[in-house]
Amino acid sequence: MTTYDYDREYARISRRRVLKGAAAMAAIGIPAPHYLRHARAQTGPIKIGFPVPLSGPYSSEAQDQARCAQIAVDMFNAAGGLKGRMAELLVRDDKLNPGEAATRTQELIESDKVNFVCGSLSASVQLAVNNVAKARGVIYNSISQSDSINEASDFSRFTFHEAMNPHITAGAVARYLLPKFGKKVAFLTADYAFGWEMVKGFKRAGEQFGIQDVIEIKHPIGQPDYSAFFPRIQAAKPDILFISNFGRDQLNSIKQANDFGLKNQMKIGVSVLLYIQRLAGGGQPFEGVIGGANYYWELEDTVPTAKRLNDAYRKKHNTVPSDYAAYGFAGIYGLLEGVKKAGTTDTDAVIAAMESMKYDAYKGEQSFRKCDHQAVQSVLVLESKPDSKVKQKVDTCNIVAMEKGGEDRLRSCKELGHG
Amino acid sequence: MTFDLFLLQFFTGLALGSIFVLVALGLSLIFGLLTVVNFAHGQFYMLGAYAGAFVLAWTGSFWIAFLVVPLLVGAIGMLCERVLVRPLYGRGIDYPLLLTFGLGLMLLDGVSMIAGTEGVPFDTPAGLTGAVNLGLFYFPKYRLFLIVVTALLLIALWLFLEKTSYGLIIRAGALDSEIVQILGVNISRIWLVVFGIGIGIAGLAGLLAAPMRGVFPEMGIPVLVEAFVVTVVGGMGSLVGAVVAGLLVGVTYSFTAFYFPQMAQLSMFILMGVVLVLCPRGLFGRAGVLG
Repeated sequence: MTTYDYDREYARISRRRVLKGAAAMAAIGIPAPHYLRHARAQTGPIKIGFPVPLSGPYSSEAQDQARCAQIAVDMFNAAGGLKGRMAELLVRDDKLNPGEAATRTQELIESDKVNFVCGSLSASVQLAVNNVAKARGVIYNSISQSDSINEASDFSRFTFHEAMNPHITAGAVARYLLPKFGKKVAFLTADYAFGWEMVKGFKRAGEQFGIQDVIEIKHPIGQPDYSAFFPRIQAAKPDILFISNFGRDQLNSIKQANDFGLKNQMKIGVSVLLYIQRLAGGGQPFEGVIGGANYYWELEDTVPTAKRLNDAYRKKHNTVPSDYAAYGFAGIYGLLEGVKKAGTTDTDAVIAAMESMKYDAYKGEQSFRKCDHQAVQSVLVLESKPDSKVKQKVDTCNIVAMEKGGEDRLRSCKELGHG
Repeated sequence: MTFDLFLLQFFTGLALGSIFVLVALGLSLIFGLLTVVNFAHGQFYMLGAYAGAFVLAWTGSFWIAFLVVPLLVGAIGMLCERVLVRPLYGRGIDYPLLLTFGLGLMLLDGVSMIAGTEGVPFDTPAGLTGAVNLGLFYFPKYRLFLIVVTALLLIALWLFLEKTSYGLIIRAGALDSEIVQILGVNISRIWLVVFGIGIGIAGLAGLLAAPMRGVFPEMGIPVLVEAFVVTVVGGMGSLVGAVVAGLLVGVTYSFTAFYFPQMAQLSMFILMGVVLVLCPRGLFGRAGVLG
């Protein structure tokens, strides 16, 4: 005997109702009036979202960044905030994953109603965050070292880039190494976008010195053993070995190059001399290696704002900030300076303020270039010290050169596709 | 490619292969005797490196670490066998596999929480730094040391298995554990010791690899993959196979890296594919091992 299935009938109606409701909401939501997209608080605390990879291989760098970002917020609040409005940092874990980062950014913007977003460490993640932020008209200040965010396809007027890109750092290292050590260069490159960008930047800066590319070896990311590559490199007899990789790969390749006695035959240079890897690897393998950096704590001897950052960090954490950590500080500082200059948190006003302002976060004067919002800043060239010269744990490097910031160091606006 | 370059690549391959051999040996021992696929093997390798860094910091001597670390890590391995793996014997191959997989994850996170995620420095021991002139070329002293130590260890292991009565019992147990039990031997004690030896060798491999590859929590993950490839190429459960395959994989990797650097990591998998097509059980494998 068949009974009328009331449950199924109810379910059918319920599902249909839900679908209708959803369609109606979509119909209303999509052509949403302009003001709904900018419905961000103009009173109450100034909220800044900060997605960084707190879990995963770069968690130490990310945690350091979060600490420094908080220092920037504390500094702003201690000075009275914006007419009494205090800043608040909302740190989130993007797990070094673009999808995760996009979700976190969306939550920050929709649920937490942040006024601005800052962060990211990996290039692909920053692009995901940028896409979400620009679609919702929220300013995003990226602290990820990468070339791609400057390009016209990824850029928007809401996108700012505090961090340097491989082009700048590799170029500075090239300009230091080539006149001093010779023209023949061997390249050991991690086979992904970041690696290629560093090589491109180095070669381009090297052109004026007559650089000769004697050998180029590409290795997959996460390569544990480089020993098989060194005989070829040695056979090519270069003056300089330029290693373009990151994190653990940088540590391992330098350690092993050291074991094979490569340092007796050539000078080793890297695009970015990573502070945390240098501490993990110790003085002996890194000795004499040259690399670029955005920051090194010893700057406090000559630059007052570096001392300001170091002192604030020392007070809270008893040591000095790393290079990547300083980006966390500068990213937030830049946003808050823009807010102070504009006198409001209104997005358009802050964008205009940031585009025209000159600010000194931690290493001297910086400004944002108008066409791609790239922060024009100085670059440090560091040489790693041997263990015998190290006076305390953080005393890892000597600053051998400091290149002043300049738009000529960057790729031109036209080249990047802007106008 | 000149002769001296050829030899250099060959020796580099041997040094590379030595680490593979040590890790795969332990894996093969444990699999051959206990039919346990030890997914935590890479993490014990990592533990060996960390234990070595700790002992080095505490005593200042690499040689003390060299003696202590395999015993220490082997003991930890035996504890794991007793408490975690033993209850799962007789239930087929899947349970211990899943258990060791989970154990591996826990070890990795445990070490990250205790020692941090960025790794600890581990310098090449004094006396083994620099390169030695082998006539035709310079070769890093430490890697030469590694090749020699691995060879000595293999000889020691062979002597133990072939020439001692304990080794005889172990070999018998591998062939037929039921008969050995009937003959009155406490097979669980044998398994405990074998597990400990296998893990101890892995820990030693971690210590030996530390000056070359650094010490950090994720260091065991690529090594496990390499060890499995070697074990499969050599034949699951065969110790001779582990040795031959380990060196073969190392040398293949080294020569591929010379001609096609991007293909180097892929070359061991291609080798595995070729070997499996020609000898489906691996070079020295036995039938029915996975039964």
